[in-house]
Amino acid sequence: MVLTTRTRRRAEPRIVVAKAAVHLAALTPLAILLWQMWGELKGVSHALGADPVAEIEHRLGLWALRFLMLTLAITPLRQLTGWNVLVRFRRMLGLYAFAYASLHFAAYLGLDLRGFWAQVFQDIVKRPYITVGFIAWLLLVPLAVTSTTGWIKRLGRNWARLHKLVYGIAVLAVLHFWWLVKSDLREPALYAGIAALLLGWRAWKALEARAGARAKARSVPSARA
Amino acid sequence: MNLRDALRIPSADVTEESVYRDRRRVLAMIGAVPALGLAGCSEAAPPASKATITPEQARAGFRTAEEQTREIDATTYNNFYEFGTAKDDPANAPKTLRTAPWTVAVGGQCAKPGKLSLEDLIKGLAPQERIYRMRCVEGWSMVIPWLGVPLGDVLKRFEPTSKAKYVAFTSLADPQQMPGVRARVLDWPYREGLRIDEAMHPLTLLATGMYGKALPQQNGAPLRLVVPWKYGFKGIKSIIAITFVERMPKTSWNMSQASEYGFFSNVNPAVDHPRWSQASERRIAGSASKLFAERVPTLPFNGYAAQVASLYAGMDLKKWF
Repeated sequence: MVLTTRTRRRAEPRIVVAKAAVHLAALTPLAILLWQMWGELKGVSHALGADPVAEIEHRLGLWALRFLMLTLAITPLRQLTGWNVLVRFRRMLGLYAFAYASLHFAAYLGLDLRGFWAQVFQDIVKRPYITVGFIAWLLLVPLAVTSTTGWIKRLGRNWARLHKLVYGIAVLAVLHFWWLVKSDLREPALYAGIAALLLGWRAWKALEARAGARAKARSVPSARA
Repeated sequence: MNLRDALRIPSADVTEESVYRDRRRVLAMIGAVPALGLAGCSEAAPPASKATITPEQARAGFRTAEEQTREIDATTYNNFYEFGTAKDDPANAPKTLRTAPWTVAVGGQCAKPGKLSLEDLIKGLAPQERIYRMRCVEGWSMVIPWLGVPLGDVLKRFEPTSKAKYVAFTSLADPQQMPGVRARVLDWPYREGLRIDEAMHPLTLLATGMYGKALPQQNGAPLRLVVPWKYGFKGIKSIIAITFVERMPKTSWNMSQASEYGFFSNVNPAVDHPRWSQASERRIAGSASKLFAERVPTLPFNGYAAQVASLYAGMDLKKWF
C-alpha cells in the first residue's frame, strides 16, 4: 500500500486501532481454517468433515462473498448514518474479498482438481457456474491492483468508473453460488437478497439524484422567465 | 458410450487387488509400530475386517479390496434431506426416527402382496457383507461395507407378474420423525425406482447395516437400497413401500430437475451433469493422513460395467442418462 507521509501523519490513533481490529477479525476465519486443517493432518480433529477439500473450498468462497457484501455495504451505511469515517475501511474489506476469492480459486486448482488440469480448462469453459466464478475473480484483479493511493491519483475520474465493476462482480459471485446448489437454495437466496438490497439502494439513490437534477434544471429557466 | 471400453476397465481393477491387499498389510505393519510416532495411523487405518475376497466375489463385484471410507466419514457426511440439507445435518439430528416396529408394504403387479414387518421381509435370508464403491452425483465417492440381502431374493417371494416391468420405492415422510420434511426442498415422500432387471440383479442390495452394525438413522435406517453402479441418490433410504409397476415410476430427483437427473442415473463419466463434470471424483477413503481427498477418474457404471453393462445393451446411454 502506498501512503504519502501526509496521510500517514494524519492517521489518528483511533483509526489505527479500529483498522487493526478489522484486520484481526478478517483474518480470524482463515486462522480457524488453518488450525482445523492442522488438526485434521495430525488426526486429532474432524472439524472439516469427511470431505475437507469441499469444506475448505466452500468456506473460503463464502468468506469472499461476505467480504464483497461488506465492501458494498459501506456506502449505504455511510449515507444512512452520516459516518464518513466508514469509507476508510472500504479498501481493506475489498482487498480481503479479493484475498479470500484468490484462496478459494487456489484451493479449487491446487486441492480439488490437482492433477486433472484438462478438467480445469473444460470446467472454466463449459460449466456456467465455474465460468461466472472465474470471471468474477478475474474482474477483481484490476480492482485490487488499482486500489493503491498512487493508482487512485493516476486514474482520476476513471478510477471510480473502473471500480463500478464491483457491482457486476457481486452479481456474478451470487450467481456462482446459486448455480452450484443442488436444490436447497435458501443460503444462496440469502446472499442474493443482500446483494439486491445493496445494489437496489444505489439504483434508488441514482434515480433520486437524477430526478433532483431534472427538477433543478426545470426550475432554473422558470426562475429566469 | 463404447461398451467394450467400459467392460475392459474393471478387469484391471481385479488384477490390482493383490496390490491393494499388500498395501493394507504394509499399513497394518506400520500401525503396529508406535515407536515410529505414527500412532495416529492405527485409528486411521481401514477397519481390520481382513476382507477375504474370493476371486468369485471379485468377479461378481460383491467386494472390492479398495481402501474403505472411515466409518466416521460415512456416517457424518450424508445426503438425507428428510433430516436437513447440510451434509452433517442428518448425523446431528435428534434420533427421532422410530425404526422398530417397521413395516414395509409390498404390492402392485404381484401374486402375493403384503404388509410385512422388516423381520418378516428378510426372514430366512442370510445377511451378506458387500463392499461397494458409492459414487455421489455431486462428484465424490466412498467405499462402504454394507450388510444386507439381495433385493431380488426378497422380491421373488412376492411373485411379480409379467406386468411388473419396474419396481417403485417410497421412503417414510413423517414430519414428526423427520424434521427436514417440513422444508419443501423436494416433493415428499422421497421416491425411487428401478427397472425389474436392475432390481433383480445380484449386485442390488437391500441393506440393513453397515460397518458390521445396524444402519444408523442418518444412513437410512432401518432399510435402504444400495445400487452400486448408479449415482448415490438412487439408494433410497428408510423404505416403507415397494410396488411392482408396469410403467416407469416417478422418482424424486427426476421430478425436481428432469434435465439433470434421469431415471436410470447410471454412473457415467461420459455424460456430464449439466452443471458440472462427472469425469472424475474425490475419493473419500481411508486415513486421517488424507486431508486432501484423492481425485480419481470415474469409471463407467462406477466400475461395475463387467457385471451390469449387458443390462443396457443397445441403449443410448447419453439419451437414457
